[in-house]
Amino acid sequence: MDLELIITSFPKLLSATVVTLKLLSASLFFGLILGLLFAILRLNNNKLVSGFAYVYSYIFRGTPLLVQIFIIYFGLGQIEYLRTTFLWVVLKEPYWCAIIAFSLNTGAYTSEILRSAFQTIKPGLIEAGKSLGLNKIYIFTKVQVPIAIKQSLPAYGNEIILMLKGTSLASTVTLLDITGVAKFIISTTFRPIEVFIVAGSIYLFITFLVHNLIKYLEKKYRYQ
Amino acid sequence: MDLISFGDKGWGDELFIATLMTIAVAITAMLIGFLFALIFTPLKLSKYKILNLIANFYTTVVRGVPELLVIYLFFFGGSGAIMYVAQIFGYYDYIEINAFLTGAISIGIISGAYSTEVFRGAIQSIDKGQFEACNVLGLKKYVYFFKVIMPQMLRLAIPNLSNVWQITLKDTSLISVTGLVEIMRQSYIAAGSTRDPLFFYSFAALLYLMLTYLSMKLINRLEKNYSRGY
Repeated sequence: MDLELIITSFPKLLSATVVTLKLLSASLFFGLILGLLFAILRLNNNKLVSGFAYVYSYIFRGTPLLVQIFIIYFGLGQIEYLRTTFLWVVLKEPYWCAIIAFSLNTGAYTSEILRSAFQTIKPGLIEAGKSLGLNKIYIFTKVQVPIAIKQSLPAYGNEIILMLKGTSLASTVTLLDITGVAKFIISTTFRPIEVFIVAGSIYLFITFLVHNLIKYLEKKYRYQ
Repeated sequence: MDLISFGDKGWGDELFIATLMTIAVAITAMLIGFLFALIFTPLKLSKYKILNLIANFYTTVVRGVPELLVIYLFFFGGSGAIMYVAQIFGYYDYIEINAFLTGAISIGIISGAYSTEVFRGAIQSIDKGQFEACNVLGLKKYVYFFKVIMPQMLRLAIPNLSNVWQITLKDTSLISVTGLVEIMRQSYIAAGSTRDPLFFYSFAALLYLMLTYLSMKLINRLEKNYSRGY
């Protein structure tokens, strides 16, 4: 065991944590929007619309995240037309490619979580809103969404942790997040165990924080 | 279509073999995972706090750390650890463990942590009366576990195990970083030599979708078989 390496690699990995957290928060933000959008589409009565949402979530949940990143980062650059549009500014950056892939991926899982949460809302609550003369948008934002958030908190907490682990794949497209830096240190010092202990502890610490935050929120939003 | 034709010109046969490799790694990893679950599930359910602690440490660490990091640990550290053990027994040559074993073991350890949680949940949700009835009837430990607890546990565990299988199958794509030629690695090679990454990675995605779809169908059949009494 090389204690010195543990001490010297810690600040390097800690500064890489910033990249990981940035990737995580950006993808969770966009993923939540996508998830909500596709959950609504999925619950639409039109078969074509709900079918589209189903295919989206099926494809992104049925393929590995690594393939999705590679398609977006290596694959889309191949289309000549894209290179001429403004999209190329975004797609030539590995950072944005990773965020796009992560958002689409977590969006698919989030849409499933939210869909099942919306489906478990008792119809009586919506009918009560209607009989009070509230309009559709008001019922949606003030009745359905708050209940759905409560319902989906535990599952969404798991999804945050899965996404945190997913951000490690950003290292495959040259980004230096925690795993990227850890791999660099391992391949220059050939001391995998020490680096694994430091990097693993950072990940576990973030997981621990997320776990407790969700627990706190669950308690806060429990039915009285 | 030329690109995926079989033979010298296309990548069809290479990709076919790579798909078989992915399946082989996934099944091996799943079985290694079961082995780990067989060891750690009893520890989780044990009366002794220290054993619980060991099992909880295993499942928490493995499920809280990225799969890629675990793979790097085994990829870079695996042969070093084995050489260290070999040196104790007086063997000083360089030992290299192959990519298949490294991949299967590292994914297996991850899959084992998930399987452990599934089995623990399944055993805990079996009715207490079943255990008591076994004691009252004075059944032998062997009969008790394999004829009474196991069938009920499997019925409850199969839906969740199917999730673990899907995770394991998708995790095998990460082994490509160690150089094992499975779907992802083969697509990477093909994309590099034909300069057509969009096609090959999309094709890889299609192969994975096919695998997850087919395994879903198979597992559904298994699930029906185990819940036929209900």
